[in-house]
Amino acid sequence: MESSRIPRSGSGHRLPRVGLLERAGLRDMDGWLSFSALGLLICSIVTLDQTSAQVVADAPSNFPERQAVYGLVGIVAMIAIARIDYSRFRELRVGIYTFLCASILTIFVFGVTLRGSTQSLELPFFTFQPAELGKLLLILSLAGFVIDGARRGSESQRTLRYLALGLAPTGMVLLQDLGTSLVYGAITIAIMVAAGVRWSHLAAIGMTFVAFAGIVLVLMPMAGAPVLKEYQRERLTSFISPTSDVGGAGYQQNQAKVAAGSGGTTGRGDQATQSRLGFVPARHTDFIFAVVAERYGFVGAALVLSLFALLFWRALRLMTLSKNFYGTLVAAGIASAIMFQVFVNVGMNLGIMPITGIPLPLMSYGGSAIIATFMMIGVLQSIHIESRAGQRGPWIQ
Amino acid sequence: MRIEPVFTKPKHRKGTALRVAVIGGLGLALFVILFFRLWSLQVVTADRYLAEANDNRTREITVRAPRGRILDREGNVLVDNRTSMALELDPLQIPSDAAERRKRFAAIGKVLDRDLRWVRNRYRDELKSNPPGSPITLIRDVDDDIVFYLQENQARYPEVQINRVFVRRYPQGIRAAHLLGSVGEVTAEDLEAERNQDLEPGDTLGKAGVEQTYDDTLRGESGQTRVQVDSLGQVKGELQSKNPVPGNSLKLTLDPDVQSAGEAALTSFGLPGAFVTMDIESGEILGLASNPTIDPSIFTRPLSQADADRLWDEDQGAPMFNRAIGGGYPVGSVYKPITAVAGLDAGAITPSTMIQDNGKIEISDQIFTNAGSQAHGPVDLRRALEVSSDVYFYLLGAEMNGTNKLQHWSREFGIGESTGIDLPGEASGLLPTPDWRNELFAEGETDRPWAIGDNVQLAIGQGDLQADPLQMAVAYAALGNGGMIVKPHMALQAEDSAGRILEEYEPEVSRTIDLDPGARQTILEGLHDAAQAPDGTSYGVFGGFPVPVAGKTGTAERPPNGDQSWYIVLAPYPDPRIVTAVTVEQGGFGSDTAAPIALQILSAYFDKQAKPVSGGSGNFE
Repeated sequence: MESSRIPRSGSGHRLPRVGLLERAGLRDMDGWLSFSALGLLICSIVTLDQTSAQVVADAPSNFPERQAVYGLVGIVAMIAIARIDYSRFRELRVGIYTFLCASILTIFVFGVTLRGSTQSLELPFFTFQPAELGKLLLILSLAGFVIDGARRGSESQRTLRYLALGLAPTGMVLLQDLGTSLVYGAITIAIMVAAGVRWSHLAAIGMTFVAFAGIVLVLMPMAGAPVLKEYQRERLTSFISPTSDVGGAGYQQNQAKVAAGSGGTTGRGDQATQSRLGFVPARHTDFIFAVVAERYGFVGAALVLSLFALLFWRALRLMTLSKNFYGTLVAAGIASAIMFQVFVNVGMNLGIMPITGIPLPLMSYGGSAIIATFMMIGVLQSIHIESRAGQRGPWIQ
Repeated sequence: MRIEPVFTKPKHRKGTALRVAVIGGLGLALFVILFFRLWSLQVVTADRYLAEANDNRTREITVRAPRGRILDREGNVLVDNRTSMALELDPLQIPSDAAERRKRFAAIGKVLDRDLRWVRNRYRDELKSNPPGSPITLIRDVDDDIVFYLQENQARYPEVQINRVFVRRYPQGIRAAHLLGSVGEVTAEDLEAERNQDLEPGDTLGKAGVEQTYDDTLRGESGQTRVQVDSLGQVKGELQSKNPVPGNSLKLTLDPDVQSAGEAALTSFGLPGAFVTMDIESGEILGLASNPTIDPSIFTRPLSQADADRLWDEDQGAPMFNRAIGGGYPVGSVYKPITAVAGLDAGAITPSTMIQDNGKIEISDQIFTNAGSQAHGPVDLRRALEVSSDVYFYLLGAEMNGTNKLQHWSREFGIGESTGIDLPGEASGLLPTPDWRNELFAEGETDRPWAIGDNVQLAIGQGDLQADPLQMAVAYAALGNGGMIVKPHMALQAEDSAGRILEEYEPEVSRTIDLDPGARQTILEGLHDAAQAPDGTSYGVFGGFPVPVAGKTGTAERPPNGDQSWYIVLAPYPDPRIVTAVTVEQGGFGSDTAAPIALQILSAYFDKQAKPVSGGSGNFE
């Protein structure tokens, strides 16, 4: 590819120097996208470093180092994926989808229970959560099925097909972890929206969901057949009345809110007692945003949110730049997945969303999530590179 | 030169732009929500959360101050403190779920070797009286091995706290229980009082006796240690602390010899009764007791409701009732000196007026008799007091009916009003007046209006009159000191924990009454004869006492109970320094029980014993 490329406009007299980035095929990567992802990773490591300085109870002290290693692995994975034409994934949709479902199912067999829910596989150096990578796999395969079946069947049949394909893994994940399954659901809906499913169909799906949630959360427990696990129900209801259970889930959420609120405009720095003394629960994972907010105040929290906004905007932009409709759908899925997780997690940290155990992408400590998210960024980069390549000349096609 | 791309962007499907806009718009909206929430939380309401965060990380540990000691006037310790391990339950840690709570209570009960019901009842009783949120003291004086076990297994009993608390100790045993009073944990009601502003739940407070009156002096100030804790409640560092200030000691006017003699003498008869010994010039209480008494140390342990009820049970003599300051009794002949003062002032008699005492007298169709209908012959005032002629005073009462003189002088001597002693629970008694009875009659509360008989009865301390030993002691003190109505008091001085005097409680005089010296002289002579002349009513008791005294017996009818025995004595005669008033319920004649008790008290005070005497007139009283 390098040798066949011709000089870009305005510099026709000289051949460009071939730099390292170019040789790695990275020159056409979206700089802002990389910047936001790396920026968030750095924010994460800095925050983990600060909170790990004072160890409370059982927390291991090597979070920042491990997170940095996960980040490096993630960056390598991102670069590797960026160099692949994402359109290949469309062809592999069946294989990807099969792998997705199989990996989720292995959890039922070999899963390790952590913090009340079983969603991890114990690997030699690593506890792997297939559901994290599954988000990307679902996006790639579902988008592929949409393109593939775009002309088969009536509109209603297509809608039902997409829905069924999306809900199958969503349902399986729901049995393991409520928060992750909500992300799967959001991905499914986002791809359907981008795919042009009729608004009336989407409205019907929305209403069905509301009715279903009503039955699960209200009617079934009343009838004596709770569908949700105890800890799931507790988290959801404690959001509605946080003071009802001072020692439990409502207490945690309240402590996170107090931490965020006490940060003020510029943060409390080393005086950040809420996170330093361990009042903020899961401060390296689900509630890392509250830690940022307490320590660095509105300035720091707004910086993190801005980096997410930048990331979202760059992903959204790729929906229109993409060389093909598959790229549009994949970008929609990734943008929505990240957006949904950011909103639910930050909302949970700020006390406006229930506790659902959704980590903050690129910020929360955790190898599976970090690497999987960087892989998503890699796919976005691939969409970007491909769109630039497409603009450069017809013969490349 | 610019090479224009030949390839154009792929044509997306119709409506894709709209779909992108929808997803983008939704994302934008969500970001706006997050930014707005962040701004409102961190910029608008930050102060509130900062306060909450600061509150979160600190715990205030109250370091209780030892309460001040209580001493008698010679410096002997009546009350001090010991430390005790108290087992407390944190109500916030008690599960609200009934089944869970039962399990916890059963587990705690097992450690204490009690059953679930005991723990539950104690918890419920205490919870009712305690201010909300304050720790519930289950038991005090927990055995060491239980303390160690609970401390080692803290994690299994999160609701249990073992605290070292100060508990009152009574090195002299049960002495002076009624006037010392007790301390107890503050109740929600206590906390509302102005004077208790600096108290908090779990603190102790004087609940009776001088512990209550001088609570401010004895209380001390709790110290505070502010510590930083982490989310597990583990202490991470000390922030600041305020040392507790021990309470000040209170030295009482109590004379240990008088007090122990009085208590022993009262107890020896085994009848309900009381005594007061007071300095007649200063109003200092040298001794005061009520029988049956209580062991003040019972209040250092949590008291069950049944035990508390028993302390007030009439059938058991209501041990908690302080008869010396709260008993409303007819006083009988000990009232006669007051009647005499009134009669002399009213001009009904002079000291030399002679009256023929035939043992009985008819006043407005009603026969009034002497005790045992004994005739004393012609008696003047001095003789009437010596032999305790009722007829003499019946006549005075009849004479003064309608003049209000008897009521006036009774009031002057403090009958019918509380003396203002520095002890809680003082009664004011009752002085019958025509207005009082007529008003009751008008309201239908009684069957008849005031009659002359009422005044006749009042003249010898009978009828509706109600007074307690302290009131009578104050009245006799006025007689002894020439007309000063003193305010009796228990507190001599307050000392700090190092023994420096902080405050001396000055004697107070409520008022001075216009007592005719001649009248006083005659009356004291009569009382001296009554005690120590052969015809005197208490000659048999005081005749052989080497210190000259002036004392009067009283035998009050108190149906349906047996006669109430009274004795009030001023000593030494003729310039008395102290007064002792004794009463014994169902004690018979004044000379039977009350006078012997008074003699033992005076023996202890003057450190002199009475020689036995024989003879005397054998007058009834």
